[in-house]
Amino acid sequence: MTPHPAATQAGETADQKPDPVTGPDPGPVTGPVTGPVGDTATGPVDGGATGLAPPRPGRRIRPLSGSVTARTAWTLRALSVLGPLAAWWALSASGAVNPAFLPSPAAVWDAGVRMAVSGDLWSDLAASLGRIGLGFLLAVLISVPLGFTMGALPWAQALLEPIVGLLRYLPASAFIPLLIIWLGIGEASKVALLVLGVVFFNTLMTADVVRRVPRRLLEVSATLGAGRPRVAARVVFPYALPGIIDAMRVNAAAAWNFVVVAELIAATSGLGYRITRAQRFLQTDRIFAILVVIGLIGLTIDVTLRLLRARVGRWSA
Amino acid sequence: MTLRLEGLGKEFVPGLPVLEGIDLTVEPGGFVCVVGASGSGKSTLLSLIAGLTRPTAGRVLLDGQEVTGPGPERGLVFQTASLYPWRTVAGNVAFGLEAMGMPRARRDARVAGLLDEVGLRHLAGALPGRLSGGQQQRVAIARALACSPRVLLLDEPFGALDVQTKEDMQVFVRQVWRDVGTTVIMVTHDVEEAVFLGRRVIVLSCDPGRVARDLAVDLPADRTLADKRSTAFLALRVEVEDLVRAEHRAHQARV
Ligand SMILES: Nc1ncnc2c1ncn2[C@@H]1O[C@H](COP(=O)(O)OP(=O)(O)OP(=O)(O)O)[C@@H](O)[C@H]1O
Ligand SMILES: [Mg+2]
Repeated sequence: MTPHPAATQAGETADQKPDPVTGPDPGPVTGPVTGPVGDTATGPVDGGATGLAPPRPGRRIRPLSGSVTARTAWTLRALSVLGPLAAWWALSASGAVNPAFLPSPAAVWDAGVRMAVSGDLWSDLAASLGRIGLGFLLAVLISVPLGFTMGALPWAQALLEPIVGLLRYLPASAFIPLLIIWLGIGEASKVALLVLGVVFFNTLMTADVVRRVPRRLLEVSATLGAGRPRVAARVVFPYALPGIIDAMRVNAAAAWNFVVVAELIAATSGLGYRITRAQRFLQTDRIFAILVVIGLIGLTIDVTLRLLRARVGRWSA
Repeated sequence: MTLRLEGLGKEFVPGLPVLEGIDLTVEPGGFVCVVGASGSGKSTLLSLIAGLTRPTAGRVLLDGQEVTGPGPERGLVFQTASLYPWRTVAGNVAFGLEAMGMPRARRDARVAGLLDEVGLRHLAGALPGRLSGGQQQRVAIARALACSPRVLLLDEPFGALDVQTKEDMQVFVRQVWRDVGTTVIMVTHDVEEAVFLGRRVIVLSCDPGRVARDLAVDLPADRTLADKRSTAFLALRVEVEDLVRAEHRAHQARV
């Protein structure tokens, strides 16, 4: 089996002489497929004029766009999860690390089952999911219309881009003390943190997607008698929707992070809170179990949005 | 329906006119082909007629009414089909009718009729991504025709097609023009195509774009691909080619 080019690239470049550029120019990703550089490579090439050796015949050029079979892909996917898991298991089984620092996979599983049976896990999960549900919904309800407006109307872009672009660079976590002063340590401050952490990025990414709607499509729509509201609703929105969902998917990961961060600092429920509790009693097995749950939830959110994207954007595939 | 361009001019950069002093009257049901070197302002001219760009001099008149913006009575088709990729073929053709507020039943009937006209009824439910380049252009033309435009503006509509498909499309567009009776203004860089399709060929000069020549095509109204080999056709083709080349040379000499 030949290794994937990207996988070997980093390790091999050191002992390889830089090759003269021989590969085809991949060109813009979305452009028409032009195939190998036939026109320049065929015919008698005057090697002397360029100072380059004529291309070796039979040299195989592997395009970067090469794909793997479904079977290989699934094998690699399984490896990507099972590999680190095996390493973890081997490390803890070797006894080289104190189990108080690195519990074994079995201990973590047990801790997880115990939390599930006692019901703590479910109530914490519900608390965290409730927060991300509300916070992310609010963030999307604010950022998508805002970003859409910015992307569609140049004046809105000029008005809002500087301030949104600036606010994006203020780390949301740094607002935690301020949010606690303003909103107390209840739900409001946690939801607000999540909104703050997501809303600016999602606005700018949505605006970018909306701006990428081809001008020709907008022009044609106008000549078909569609006014601006109709073009916005029937042309720009459907065209941008897959990209908007992509942006949401990226920012959902950030939102999930912010929930846990907020709960680590000030909360009486939630997965983040459960971690700080476990820390107090040095229950690293519990911490690991919760981290696994956090990871699995994140993965679920991601896969759900991916499926939604695939469904909505079937036409762009 | 008469289209008149009066002293039409356009400067994107002040002092550097892309088009200047274009005077043109197109009779109803005419077929005008515009040829000229790349950058002579052919697309800009169509954009002005479509109302997508505002002129910096002169005006565009449709039956004496000044054009101030885009509208469904002037349909536009670009070189690469700007179809709505998420809409089916039928959905694309229906877009303008929806904007018009035509009731569903009448809309469906009209779309079906148009798809028959362009020979794509069997693909009504397909997404544009599945279609060949020629089929996509047929959809784009049907979509523009749906609004019963009085002028159909075509900007190098077959420029991206292979020779065979292109000839099919030329015959097709001629047929549509005769069936529908709309005025067609078509930009092309293919002189043979211009002479084959146009009843009139306008040669644009370059920098600034002006009407360098306005030729009537004295060929039978009923043309087939075989006519491309007739002596009269070839003579006209050579004449136009020489004009385009001369304009191009003159432009090169100036820069
Ligand atoms: N929006 C614009 N802003 C500035 N300059 C423009 C704009 N659109 C066109 N131009 C300029 O106007 C000139 C004519 O452009 P146009 O696209 O009309 O030429 P064309 O005859 O259609 O060329 P081609 O055959 O390559 O399509 C070019 O020099 C171009 O750079
Ligand atoms: Mg052009």
